[in-house]
Amino acid sequence: MKVKVVVMPKAAVLDPQGNAVRDAMRHLGMPEVRSVRIGKYMEIDLDGKNGELESRLHGLCRDLLSNPVIEDYELQKDESAKPKRNK
Amino acid sequence: MKFAVIQFPGSNCDQDCVAAINSLEGLRAEYVWHKETSLDDFDAIVLPGGFAYGDYLRCGAIARFSPIMRAVVNDARAGKLVLGTCNGFQILCEAGLLPGALVRNRSLRFVCDMVTTRVEVDDSPFTHGCPKGTLLHLPVAHGEGCFFADAETLRELNAKRQVILRYSDSRGCAVPEANPNGSTENIAGICNREGNIFGLMPHPDRASDARLGSIDGARIFRSMMQTISANRAMTASDRVKQVA
Repeated sequence: MKVKVVVMPKAAVLDPQGNAVRDAMRHLGMPEVRSVRIGKYMEIDLDGKNGELESRLHGLCRDLLSNPVIEDYELQKDESAKPKRNK
Repeated sequence: MKFAVIQFPGSNCDQDCVAAINSLEGLRAEYVWHKETSLDDFDAIVLPGGFAYGDYLRCGAIARFSPIMRAVVNDARAGKLVLGTCNGFQILCEAGLLPGALVRNRSLRFVCDMVTTRVEVDDSPFTHGCPKGTLLHLPVAHGEGCFFADAETLRELNAKRQVILRYSDSRGCAVPEANPNGSTENIAGICNREGNIFGLMPHPDRASDARLGSIDGARIFRSMMQTISANRAMTASDRVKQVA
């Protein structure tokens, strides 16, 4: 099973990195940019794919991969990794 | 009296901590490798500064799972004094022993400077002999030292007198200009509700020798020593009372 984990700073947490990139984008001719938030993206490859594995993975998303005090995470199963049937 | 200084892979202020503690009469420090599992022989625990596990993922995120942390958590819950400086503070927050988190400095710059901090709580185990308002001159050196906590946690920290140090100017005012990293409410150091776990971004270990420009950091180590002595005296008198 392949999963993607996206970790983003919570809305209440200041993201100075995102603000710096936002300002740079505006400076480079895109005044339309309202905000930029910068997070982390992880690709994880695992053996097996049962529900129990997924619930353990959620546990580690909370304990290790994100800090719930300042971040939210999203776990996406990588559908594109599945073999395509109709071709 | 024996203090443990934990060495994680990537700690780099472990020697500073040991030197600072050993320079005080009556105190002795020993290194404890992070793979150890017991801290029974020690009266207090120090988590030093540095970049444990290269700060990968988040500062302190991986270090909190080191084998020694189970002993740190158990001993801390039992009331032993635990001090975390800089990276040590980040590890304590990641481990859930202290509330809040430390995020990227607002300036996005690594700050390496001498700062002034104001003592907010004078009867904490870490600030004995420092009346409220005492100014401590301590160095900081960090890229992720901006303290963050949600509104409710902040309210609680203030109400329960858990904010021990705030960045301030030379007159003792916690103004924005005195804040090196953008920390909420100029918070430089906090303790847990029970008061026995203290984390701060500044380095008392680097301010314990006059040749380094300040000896204010030694006041924190000395305060810990006084607290432990007082606790020992109290348990001894309790024992006498029980026998009588």
